[in-house]
Amino acid sequence: MYAQMVTTDANRVRDISEMSDEERVFQERIDRGEKIEPTDWMPEGYRKTLIRQIGQHAHSEIVGQLPEGNWITRAPTLERKAILLAKVQDEAGHGLYLYCAAETLGVTRDELIELLHAGKMKYSSIFNYPTLTWADIGAVGWLVDGAAIMNQVPLQRTSFGPYSRAMVRICKEESFHQRQGFDIMMKMANGTPAQHRMAQDALNRFWYPSLMMFGPSDKDSVHSAQSMSWKIKINTNDELRQKFVDQTVPQAEFLGLTVPDDHLKWNEEKDGYDFSEPDWSEFFEVLKGNGPCNKERLDARIKAWDDGAWVRDGLMAHADKRAAARTAAE
Amino acid sequence: MMTQGDNIANDILFEWLLRRGDTALILGHRVSEWCGHSPALEEDIALANIALDLIGQSRLWLGYAGEVEDRGRGENELAYLRDTWDFRNILLAEQPNGDFGTTLMRQFLIDVWQDALLEALKTSADERIAEIAVKAGKEVAYHLDRSSDLVIRLGDGTPESHWRMQDALDTLWPYVGEMFAADAVDEAMAAAGLAPDPKMLKPGWEHTVAAVFKQATLTQPQSDFAHKGGLTGRHSEHLGHLLSEMQFLQRAYPGATW
Repeated sequence: MYAQMVTTDANRVRDISEMSDEERVFQERIDRGEKIEPTDWMPEGYRKTLIRQIGQHAHSEIVGQLPEGNWITRAPTLERKAILLAKVQDEAGHGLYLYCAAETLGVTRDELIELLHAGKMKYSSIFNYPTLTWADIGAVGWLVDGAAIMNQVPLQRTSFGPYSRAMVRICKEESFHQRQGFDIMMKMANGTPAQHRMAQDALNRFWYPSLMMFGPSDKDSVHSAQSMSWKIKINTNDELRQKFVDQTVPQAEFLGLTVPDDHLKWNEEKDGYDFSEPDWSEFFEVLKGNGPCNKERLDARIKAWDDGAWVRDGLMAHADKRAAARTAAE
Repeated sequence: MMTQGDNIANDILFEWLLRRGDTALILGHRVSEWCGHSPALEEDIALANIALDLIGQSRLWLGYAGEVEDRGRGENELAYLRDTWDFRNILLAEQPNGDFGTTLMRQFLIDVWQDALLEALKTSADERIAEIAVKAGKEVAYHLDRSSDLVIRLGDGTPESHWRMQDALDTLWPYVGEMFAADAVDEAMAAAGLAPDPKMLKPGWEHTVAAVFKQATLTQPQSDFAHKGGLTGRHSEHLGHLLSEMQFLQRAYPGATW
């Protein structure tokens, strides 16, 4: 999940009898599975929550370029370099669709970027972990994109039209990324002893942070309940985490790698794995800014933005000159 | 049409192909260093796309070079297992990124040249060269559209964008001459009808850059001085650092497959 712990401004989900006429009509449209479009009436809470969620998702795509970009110049073959470049380019493209989707809700891309840089908006916790070896590029594709897909496939059915349509495009590309990541892991796991060691080390480091991507257990979360009634969240965090573990454990076995969880066990009764929870105190520390790379990631984005100011200003100034010249000619 | 080596010694063709492949590879590497750090999201996408095109072109040129050499080296052996003195890229391609203006100006100066070179190579007597030129030519035409447009807009933007673009042009100008310096390899290729004489590309190149600089309100430097050496393996200090990063995994884990 690229959006974690999105707040909704709601203390609880209101019953339909407590709603105004407009809200009731809106909720009924959602319940019928209709898409809400930008020009339609929508409750302020729905609009604000979507801005937070889509904005956080967009920021995650942009910041997510950094850990993978870290290995573009060191990719081990020209083919791997080309694949990784194409992947990071796709991620920037996803960021662009998502900022555009958010803009339909009345916020500009620049405003969202300023909120990110001011630390007032988040991006996914996963991108605050470092990519230390080439196997991490495999693990990011396999586990991180795998976890993202788990969440984004249902979001193709989300109630807000522009978000739903962006998800359809994004999911196609993410599936391709995940296959590429798994392909790197296969080569590494079946390669030399040093490569196998890198692959196992990558799994050891990325396993729990990947489980954290779904957010904490949401059985008590009123925000999740409100988001689910608005269909901007389709499954609970725990449902998706379970699905991810059930899908990923056999893949790790196929690779000959060991999932770093002594309590991992198949549970016949629930038809799924029992597994250890990640260390949630670590998760909350990362959200507070204390992950291994929080400072570097945000500093890199702020530096890119500040260093690029003269370029953006220059382009605007030129556009103004052209417009003035056209007006003068008329 | 003919196929490889019909009319030229393999070592000359190999040498010439390395110049094409290495220039695309090293420039592509430089451009890829921008990933995630550019001034706007649209530029992140454009720069990744350009780097991807250039890496793709280098694979075609180096793959063919390996076949011509016929010593069992493919694109990866050539890219990852040669030292600086065996690289044949132009010095301009390996110059550090600097600010966005320097990267853009470097791209523009090379795009104008590549565009003309690839156009001429479409009629090469060597089928493989002509095929690669057709594919790469489409990509470079787009790169040139973008870089010339941005040079104009930033040259004639704010006072700061103007001086940064002028500064980039002045800094990179001494590396321009190498693109048109012909040696025995180029002369043999031209004589065999495989490639244009680089000197012949210069008037068209000058015409295009002068037109763009005029619109961009930039002043073309007058000096004819040209740093040379890239095409014979005498590089700037920058290339060694670039290669030590690029080649790290292949060097640290010899024999592994990735």
